Amino acid sequence: MSDVSLTVNGRQVNAAVEDRTLLVHFLREHLGLTGTHVGCDTSQCGACVVHVDGKAVKSCTMLAAQASGSTVVTIEGLSDGTGLHPVQAAFKENHGLQCGFCTPGMIMAATDMINRHPEGLDEATVRAELEGNICRCTGYHNIVKSILAASQAMAKGKGRAKAA
Amino acid sequence: MYSVTYHRAASLSDAAKLAKKDEAKFLSGGMTLIPAMKTRLAAPPDVIDLTHIAELKGITVSGKSVTIGAATTHAEVANNAKLKAACPAICHLASHIGDPHVRHRGTIGGSIANNDPAADYPAALLALDATIVTTKRELAAEKFFKGLFETALKDGEIVKAVRFTVPAKAGYAKFPNPASRYAMTGVFVASGKEGVRAAVTGAGDDGVFRSRPIEAALARNFEAAALEGVSVPSDGLMSDLHASAEYRANLVVVMAKRAVMAATG
Repeated sequence: MSDVSLTVNGRQVNAAVEDRTLLVHFLREHLGLTGTHVGCDTSQCGACVVHVDGKAVKSCTMLAAQASGSTVVTIEGLSDGTGLHPVQAAFKENHGLQCGFCTPGMIMAATDMINRHPEGLDEATVRAELEGNICRCTGYHNIVKSILAASQAMAKGKGRAKAA
Repeated sequence: MYSVTYHRAASLSDAAKLAKKDEAKFLSGGMTLIPAMKTRLAAPPDVIDLTHIAELKGITVSGKSVTIGAATTHAEVANNAKLKAACPAICHLASHIGDPHVRHRGTIGGSIANNDPAADYPAALLALDATIVTTKRELAAEKFFKGLFETALKDGEIVKAVRFTVPAKAGYAKFPNPASRYAMTGVFVASGKEGVRAAVTGAGDDGVFRSRPIEAALARNFEAAALEGVSVPSDGLMSDLHASAEYRANLVVVMAKRAVMAATG
């Protein structure tokens, strides 16, 4: 057993877990944060993407013990609580989901992608950057549209914040 | 996953002590080891996390000399401004490993210690004539990469860094497997004072190798056109459901041309 101590969605969490516990299982089963999904057993699908210390990672390919000391944000913690995060809003407005299973991972990957591309995104970049996220409904078209819309909305939001 | 005991090494000496445990495995980014443990293809009783050892991290560019710490992630290599200015080919290579999430965790030291026959970095380090710095010695990439998933590393020996001299020109091109993004064939070419080196990954039956016909043609003229009509033998190349050895032999030439174009572009 390992004692792990993390900040998850702004909350300090301490627990003793089996060393083999994957971060995704820790989030889902110990903390009840079931928004993060497990879609495959092979580290390919990206349904489990969360942010660890500000970077998108596959939480199914990291031990909870490896993440000890880190700050984790899951889909539940993305919005500040007053409404949807701009990426969530864009997925809603653009119907960026079909069955919804891949959506949490897509949104966490998209948020990370937008943060890493402050210069803005184009369709080719979004499609290339989605390499690690699989939508088995093949609903990529609207996912890409959602991410482009979110990227623009967030750039405008920043512009306003600067002006203010 | 079978039961495992996780250890976080605070220093290299700490890691060396922990490595005395039977069958213990070093864990870097875990992008290969953790999936292998999940599917029970690997079942080490102990894993020793190396990613919190400060001296294994970071990129130094000093004149023409580049040193990349073993625990430096692919994303860090891809986006390092100084490295991009000195040797953009290795940044380009790093930016095409796996996917963004993998690049945030996977490390150069982990990749070369694993020596997957389709991994990208071994081709770069072999073509750049890089030196691999370990806790015990320094050795040339040529001596380090031994075969399929096999390196010169001894038990308990840890890759600390890789070091190379920036070549005049370098380029990398790969034909990625559409599912995994591992190289079905990838070629890294480097041209400098010491001549031309071309290393091939993803194609060899026994892991990364230097292609002499490609090197000979490019030594005469470091242009893609110099590779017109050059063919490489398919002996010793991999055949699998993705591509036959003959197809890969052709890909070696095509990727070499693209790599040279990237290098001279």
